[in-house]
Amino acid sequence: MADPLLEVRNLSVTFDTARGPVHAVKHVSWAVNRGDVLAILGESGSGKSVSSSAVLDLIDMPPGRIDSGEILFEGRNILEMSAAERRGLNGKRIAMIFQDPLSHLNPVYRVGWQIEETMAIHGTARAEAKAETLRLLAKVGIPDPQAAAEKYPHQFSGGQRQRLMIAMALALKPDVLIADEPTTALDVTVQAQILGLLEELQKETGMALVIITHDLGVVAEIAHRVVVMSKGEIVEAGTAAEVYRNPQHPYTKRLIGAAPGKGEIHPDELDTPPILALQNVSKQYGAFTALHGISYELREGETLAIVGESGSGKSTTARLLLRLEEASGGRALYQGRDLFAMSPKELHGLRRDIQMVFQDPTQSLNPRMTVFQLVSEGWAIHPGIVEKSRWKARVAELLREVGLSEEHMHRHPHQFSGGQRQRIAIARALALEPRIIVCDEAVSALDVQVQAQVIELLDRLKAAHGLSYIFIAHDLPVVRDFADRVIVMQGGRIVEQGGVRQIFDAPREEYTRNLLAASLDPDPEIQARRRAERLERQKLAGEAA
Amino acid sequence: MSDTHTTVAAARKDPGEPGPLRTFLKLLRADKPATCAAIFLGLVILCALFGPMLLEAVSSKQNLRGRNAVPFLFGQDWTMWLGGDQLGRPLLARIIVAASNTMAIATGAVAASLLIGSSLGLVAGYSRGRLGQMIPRLADVIMSFPSLLLAVIVLYMLEPSVGNIVLVLAITRIPVYLRTTRAEVLEIRERMFVQAAIVMGASTPRIIFRHILPVILPTLVTIATLDFAFVMLAESSLSFLGIGIQPPEVTWGLMVAQGRPYLTSAWWLSFWPGLAIILTTLSLNLLSNWMRIALDPTQRWRLETGGKKNG
Repeated sequence: MADPLLEVRNLSVTFDTARGPVHAVKHVSWAVNRGDVLAILGESGSGKSVSSSAVLDLIDMPPGRIDSGEILFEGRNILEMSAAERRGLNGKRIAMIFQDPLSHLNPVYRVGWQIEETMAIHGTARAEAKAETLRLLAKVGIPDPQAAAEKYPHQFSGGQRQRLMIAMALALKPDVLIADEPTTALDVTVQAQILGLLEELQKETGMALVIITHDLGVVAEIAHRVVVMSKGEIVEAGTAAEVYRNPQHPYTKRLIGAAPGKGEIHPDELDTPPILALQNVSKQYGAFTALHGISYELREGETLAIVGESGSGKSTTARLLLRLEEASGGRALYQGRDLFAMSPKELHGLRRDIQMVFQDPTQSLNPRMTVFQLVSEGWAIHPGIVEKSRWKARVAELLREVGLSEEHMHRHPHQFSGGQRQRIAIARALALEPRIIVCDEAVSALDVQVQAQVIELLDRLKAAHGLSYIFIAHDLPVVRDFADRVIVMQGGRIVEQGGVRQIFDAPREEYTRNLLAASLDPDPEIQARRRAERLERQKLAGEAA
Repeated sequence: MSDTHTTVAAARKDPGEPGPLRTFLKLLRADKPATCAAIFLGLVILCALFGPMLLEAVSSKQNLRGRNAVPFLFGQDWTMWLGGDQLGRPLLARIIVAASNTMAIATGAVAASLLIGSSLGLVAGYSRGRLGQMIPRLADVIMSFPSLLLAVIVLYMLEPSVGNIVLVLAITRIPVYLRTTRAEVLEIRERMFVQAAIVMGASTPRIIFRHILPVILPTLVTIATLDFAFVMLAESSLSFLGIGIQPPEVTWGLMVAQGRPYLTSAWWLSFWPGLAIILTTLSLNLLSNWMRIALDPTQRWRLETGGKKNG
């Protein structure tokens, strides 16, 4: 067999930190050929991005160093090349797109110019580059390329920016495209479009595509082969379907087992009295209406999921409910009283009944407070819940309940992993003995396995404390396992609401169906079927139009 | 990576939980330059407290035969080891006595401007009403006056005493703290943990003092130590203009100013007090750098692991 186009052989990279050397990747080997799609799958900290950074010479040395191994591109070891030679390869033969396109596009230049610039650096004449840019913009599906080239990055949506990045990466017709979490920051429907675009372009140009991701669904959707990484080592490699069907390594088994959307669906809607009722709630920001008078009820002891894409107003409802922002109209009745009309004094008494768990525990926990201070703060604010002499014992109890131990009490948040931090945030919410907890994307920032654990914890706590949850998420599979009832929102309106079984098995609205179709299943076979259906529908829509 | 980190930190902390003072000293010892700085500053403070009491008479005794006496004549009385000034007064004794006024002015001015500036900044940053608009304008007004001009005007009208010099210097430095504090508060106010506190029902003072202030305090302390040097120098330029501290009172800045005419013939007149200013500000900077790390739980491991690899 001929040499692969790009091959990483036995690569080890170490970073020297103050706490001693950290082996980011150990003896990693993978290869891609023209026309191949390889996925590197791993959780955060698994070292999945390191080998591709080494390919593009993006590792800071020091503190990083390459201990062993070689990276062969068309049979030549690029680690031995001069800096000038490597620059010649980067961008031209090997290109990369990143997770967050906004931070990789220069905000002060027009996007057309930026794409031309990539070509100009590698010696294309300006006029030619200009024409090519317009062609590229059309190819990646940006409407009206002529006008778009004159715009600045902030004038595009997240999905469009990722398209721009792809256009830039493709400008020089690279042989290898490396995509580092290309769709993680995007909504499901946009994610499906971008993956579709990547696949189409890859087929058209015959380039090799390396996708770095944490999402089994992305692997199932696009990859031919997959390399699974854990703690800097490759634990498993094979075709996507093979690895999913028949995982060998225990880590891969756990990872696939933790994928959401596979568990028991909650049987029926609860028939308990409502604890909270929103009536005709609206919110305006100047001329922009974020919420168009929505109404819903939360029943006692239920988990109500609110799903929607960004800009659907799902987080706004939570912020209004907690009076982090003032509603423009409508009422929120809790125990027969309107939360929106309460004076700050009345509200203070009720605060403890409705608590919130935020998306990113790194930001929602004050970095300068210890766990003890964080959890016990609510008792200082609301005297009478726990006597001061019992604080320590009670914090220890709460920590044990959320799966931490009492030695953790005197540590600071940065000494914990993401999942542990979210447990601390949950303990803090529980400390006030609330009746309702609003979880705003509470598990979105977590790795799949940790996500499953936190959801299990939330489920257990609900039963133990008689809680009701409002669970805001953009991720449908997570909701499927956990919620009793689902509200689907779009553009500040409720599109559909109903029991979880009804929403998932028999969605009434087109939007809900699209949302379900766009979400990625970890099973490559199911995903292939879905893709076929989607293409079919697109074709039908095209014929109809 | 974060897992190993957790266990490392835990292993170090758990045994016995030493008292706060012990940990404090241990952290200080981990940073050698900061330890030296702390010792030097301790010395300066002792001089400032007890110097005038013990050496007032010696330091102001003229000795015209010893005018501009050369330093390092170790045969003489120890107060003359650093030489004598233009009136033959022993320089070492004068520096020790001058420490008192210098420190009083610098500490007073920095503390006052820090306190007033950051309180106004907290209010300006946190209130979304009219106050938040008005206070920054106040800073703009002060900033638009050249600080020395302001000092000249004020000291022309008021008696140039220690208290008034502190007042003038404090006023001119308020905007620095006010603007920094306000800018930081505006950013931190939007952070998630502040919102989490609101959801919990925390009162405004609690949010400001428990959640926002501790985060911006290191920045303020760093600025304050830098400002300490600035204030000492500003005081010396006031003295140089003749509207600062009046002789026979003495400060380091004044000593530098008084030595200036003799720079070509007797460098030591300005050099020694100048060195005192430099060493004091340097020590303060080293100490503030250490403090910024020691007070920040996410940085403290740099000191706990004992290595100085942070560069």
